[in-house]
Amino acid sequence: MSELYFQSIAEHAAGLAAKKYSAVDLTKAVIARTKAVEGRVQAFNSFDEADALAQAAESDARRAAGQARGALDGIPIGLKDVIAVTGQPLTASSKMLANFVSPYDGTVTVKLKQAGAVLWGRLNCDEFAMGSSTENSAFHPTGNPWDPTRVPGGSSGGSAAALAAGEATATLGSDTGGSIRQPAAFCGVVGLKPTYGLVSRYGLIAFASSLDQIGPFARTVEDAAIVLGAIAGHDPLDSTSFKADVPDYRAELGARQGPWRLGIPKEYFGAGLDPEIGAAVEKAIAFYRAQGCEIKEVSLPHTQYCLDTYYIIATAEASSNLARYDGIRYGHRAKNAKDVVDLYFQSRAEGFGAEVKRRIILGTYVLSSGYYDAYYLRAQKVRTLIRQDFLNAYRDVDALLTPTSPIPAFKIGEKTDPLALYLCDIYTIGVNLAGLPGISVPCGFTKSGLPIGMQLIGQPFNEAGLLAIAQAYEKAHEWSARHPNL
Amino acid sequence: MSQTTDLNIDHVAKLARLALTLEEKAEYARQLGDVLHHIEQLGKLDVSQVEPTAHAFAVDNVWAEDIARPGLPVDRALQNAPAHRDHMVVVPKVIE
Repeated sequence: MSELYFQSIAEHAAGLAAKKYSAVDLTKAVIARTKAVEGRVQAFNSFDEADALAQAAESDARRAAGQARGALDGIPIGLKDVIAVTGQPLTASSKMLANFVSPYDGTVTVKLKQAGAVLWGRLNCDEFAMGSSTENSAFHPTGNPWDPTRVPGGSSGGSAAALAAGEATATLGSDTGGSIRQPAAFCGVVGLKPTYGLVSRYGLIAFASSLDQIGPFARTVEDAAIVLGAIAGHDPLDSTSFKADVPDYRAELGARQGPWRLGIPKEYFGAGLDPEIGAAVEKAIAFYRAQGCEIKEVSLPHTQYCLDTYYIIATAEASSNLARYDGIRYGHRAKNAKDVVDLYFQSRAEGFGAEVKRRIILGTYVLSSGYYDAYYLRAQKVRTLIRQDFLNAYRDVDALLTPTSPIPAFKIGEKTDPLALYLCDIYTIGVNLAGLPGISVPCGFTKSGLPIGMQLIGQPFNEAGLLAIAQAYEKAHEWSARHPNL
Repeated sequence: MSQTTDLNIDHVAKLARLALTLEEKAEYARQLGDVLHHIEQLGKLDVSQVEPTAHAFAVDNVWAEDIARPGLPVDRALQNAPAHRDHMVVVPKVIE
């Protein structure tokens, strides 16, 4: 049996129910672990020990009174610092919101509280979730627990690193172009981006609203199913939220058996793929084939256009969403502006970091008069073609299997060219453009000991099927039992 | 597609209400030139018969019941304001 802070939600649900230990014991173990390793990992922007222990004590009181609420009651869950929790800081890892305290709860926050979870800490990320390495945080970089000189991925790097390091039992992130799946792959944990519209975005700081989805990081596929079950569902406060059925994902895991038909998109195995990652994913494909799954090569012919389409749409939406940060009602206000218009210019110049400014400029440009049709409208049309590629592939297969990232975790400070960093997202962004569910599952390690992740891409709103396919692989391998030495 | 040299960084920064230093302007113009050059390849596709996608699963005409519900109390709505007085946000003088 591993240390408490490395155990899964499912293990804790059993341990807490059997009264082997209390939620306060578990929370104390996670706090102690955080204090022991946080100097090297720096996954958190802030945490509130007293608040977490008070929540844990409430959970124990419920359990003592016979009113425990299910598998998440008493489980310490960390939230990316773009998800609102009443009375807690909400910074988006930006100077713009360095002193912002959330006046309300996001819908996922309300749901986790209702499930009895112990909300634990505000997790570092790239500023306004823009980036692939968490180096764009205005506060500090986060170290990859497997090698703290390397990045944890991004933008939800703090969420992935905290979980891998044992500083939380599960975490939430947000995924606009791969920001859950890529850091999950880099840190050796499970990361799920749900179908667009399955999880409410109310109380999530907006980056690109037609792409953003909140999802879980977890030690196991089963844990991801448990958290997803708690946070999914239609929400009148998010008008893009979908009225989809929310099954008991955990129960469905046992009910769904293969063999499945898996598609291998040939465009995802080309130049630029690290050979060790390619080999690990090939082994996973061989595993499914040996289990009787039908493996089919498929083509997503517009894959080469995903990156460009994404950077037009995401920056356009970001430039619009971030227009609200003007120094008037909340956020950073410049001290020496000469009038109210200058206040906007100076507050934004001082409050935003380099990558956010770069994306606001690009997004403003592609939406500006004379360029809108050539860039933004054209990108929306190409998005249709990209989406149709996936839907065509699903006529013949149940899910697609790809690498999550073309490369393993790279050194902090190694990649300085924005375009080179954007290319890290090449296997994940198509899923966001098409609105599909995608999960990254650990599938090996490089010779130098860095985690490798594979991505399974599912059919819209069929998370139950996707999770079952992922778990079939996970159960036959022991990657999730490995933990970094910190 | 438009030529990438069209990116007038001063004009775009003004539209975005973003004050940029000379160094930032030079850096962004160069980096965004690279990105826009990459994006040019979208021009090769014939999309004349393709409908645009704004949302992967479009949900149209979402109506809410017209029911009053409590909003944020004023003090909480103002708790993050850089300056406030008498239940109002204070801003620099707008009219001379």
